[in-house]
Amino acid sequence: MYKNSAKAWLYLLPALIFLSVFMIYPLFDVMIYSVEEGYNSASQTYFGVGAYNYRYVLRDPYFLQAVKNTFILVIITVPVSTGVALLISLGLNSIQKLRDLFQTIFFLPYVTNTLAVGLVFMILFKKTPYSDGFINLIINAFGGSTIDFIEGPYWAKMFVMCFYTVWVVMPFKILILTSALASVDKDLYKAAKVDGATSFRIFRKITLPMISPMIFYLIITGFIGAFKAYSDEVAIFGTNLNAAGMNTIVGYVYDMLYGDSGGYPSYASAAALILFAIVLTITCINLLASRKTTIS
Amino acid sequence: MKIVLEHLTKRYPNRNKKIGGFVVAVDDFNFEIPDGQLIGLLGPSGCGKSTTLNMICGLETPTEGKIYFGDDDVTELPPEKRGVGMVFQSYALYPHLTVRQNIMFPLENLKGAQKLTKEEMERRAQEAAEMVQIERLMDNKPSEMSGGQQQRVAIARALVKRPRVLLLDEPLSNLDARLRLQTREEIRRIQQETKITTVFVTHDQEEAMSISDMIVVMSAGVFQQMGKPQDVYDHPKNLFVAKFLGTPAINVFDGTIRDGKLYLGDDAVMNAGGVEDQDVYVGIRPEGFILDDDGPMHCGLNRVEVMGRDTTVVSTHPSAQSDMIRVIIPSESRTAALENTVNFSLKPFKVHLFDKETEEAIPFLSE
Ligand SMILES: Nc1ncnc2c1ncn2[C@@H]1O[C@H](COP(=O)(O)OP(=O)(O)O)[C@@H](O)[C@H]1O
Ligand SMILES: [Mg+2]
Repeated sequence: MYKNSAKAWLYLLPALIFLSVFMIYPLFDVMIYSVEEGYNSASQTYFGVGAYNYRYVLRDPYFLQAVKNTFILVIITVPVSTGVALLISLGLNSIQKLRDLFQTIFFLPYVTNTLAVGLVFMILFKKTPYSDGFINLIINAFGGSTIDFIEGPYWAKMFVMCFYTVWVVMPFKILILTSALASVDKDLYKAAKVDGATSFRIFRKITLPMISPMIFYLIITGFIGAFKAYSDEVAIFGTNLNAAGMNTIVGYVYDMLYGDSGGYPSYASAAALILFAIVLTITCINLLASRKTTIS
Repeated sequence: MKIVLEHLTKRYPNRNKKIGGFVVAVDDFNFEIPDGQLIGLLGPSGCGKSTTLNMICGLETPTEGKIYFGDDDVTELPPEKRGVGMVFQSYALYPHLTVRQNIMFPLENLKGAQKLTKEEMERRAQEAAEMVQIERLMDNKPSEMSGGQQQRVAIARALVKRPRVLLLDEPLSNLDARLRLQTREEIRRIQQETKITTVFVTHDQEEAMSISDMIVVMSAGVFQQMGKPQDVYDHPKNLFVAKFLGTPAINVFDGTIRDGKLYLGDDAVMNAGGVEDQDVYVGIRPEGFILDDDGPMHCGLNRVEVMGRDTTVVSTHPSAQSDMIRVIIPSESRTAALENTVNFSLKPFKVHLFDKETEEAIPFLSE
């Protein structure tokens, strides 16, 4: 028994070494940075230890804007993308003909190059000397006036950001949900039909509970993914997200380290740990909620 | 509630698109299931038993033909309007619901005038649970119970709406041997208590013979024979039915009728009056042989298996279609002296003759 566990640790060793070097050590380092006041990376000196960095970050209007943007993004995109993906998956599950074709179409964005995706969004939303973008063409056709989605009002930019995020995560969610739906025992549906359940009741009382573990999985990973959003925003609005008012928390951390006004690892660390605390709290709440629903 | 099937036919488009065309799962069924009886629908895998049951249930629509419950034409009715209860091989219990919730599920779906109060539902669920003796497990989840218990829950759920017809599709196939015996007795008891017309699908002939009032034998979508289990066993209408019923299986020989006698090879083994001279298949049940030193049937002896009450004599015969024939005789028989060869005489009512072309049974007189 003891010998076995020694062997087990030996097998785990490579993974443990990697984890400690690249995950655990940096985590502690970030914690230390975040409490060192006035740390200078060039001279490796600091004045003292305390909560000053946190106070600074929490009062920084750019950080508050980033928190607001991130939360709006999370609260809108996670439910919308999960809900729409569920609707599409249910549709896919109930059609017989052309199912494979539709499945491929819905999955295409997942295997498409990011640059190509960016191009599609340019065509849809971006104002160029030649056109106002496809969406504006439609708006104009219905008699509306042109909206600048990339450099215009806050809500328009937020709309593009949410639209993009939902669109990008959709294929994965559809993939997960269609396979979850396909794995529900068909006899259950037959039994429910014989038992006289309406299709809505079959959905609510059988389908939904049967796939709820997968839905919770998608919600939790969706939350975490949306909180980590950054690169997509850069792809749409450029690198100066603060100026565009579209920064996210991860974007703020990055700017504090490497941005034009960067070079503040302590502020970056404090912001990163605040994000960590937020994600941890929300994931715990999610897990508790999922446990409650699956037990009852 | 008697069930009448009239020209019932189901054709599926072939699953293998390359071959195309249609699979005839059920081919022109015409028979009547009497009220209050337990019918065993019997046949090998893939012969269309489930399809037939699903059409009676309303889960599948027939390609042609009609289904009547009593005098009502139910062909076009959805399952919930037919008053049927169904039990599946996989149990099909809702895994996230407790036993109580599973049993109450059909009641909660009732609408309009049929709607029940919460207390009434609880009472009916309790009643159904007591019927199958699982009332102490009402708050368990299906995953916490044995296969046999789960199948009882499924039966309770099928009975709770007090259906006119109970349908069971291979309900015992997922159970181990001991539970299978126990549960089949249980199904028999419940059927006799409730007097619900019941159709029980199985590929296991012993299972069907042991609990059914009547059996219906089918093969490759085609109806073969219907009758009391013993009658069908004693008077098979064709070679398929004779081979399908009985363990060990019937022994089949190539024989010839000449001058009112049945010949196996050169030996006249039995009288067969009233039959024209012709080649025939001869089916002899394992219990149709009598150990007899002067008997007309000469077999090579392979081995003797003594198993308590019965003794099996495994032997060979040149006219037999299989390498070995199995003969069952009482254990008191004196087999010790046997060496190399063994002779038998035959019990005529255990011998069946079949036409070489049609494989239909040929009646004969043994006196
Ligand atoms: N949905 C279907 N599509 C095509 N063929 C089917 C379908 N369901 C059953 N079949 C075919 O019909 C025949 C009878 O099937 P089934 O009724 O399930 O047989 P059993 O229950 O006796 O094993 C089989 O050949 C099967 O392949
Ligand atoms: Mg079947």
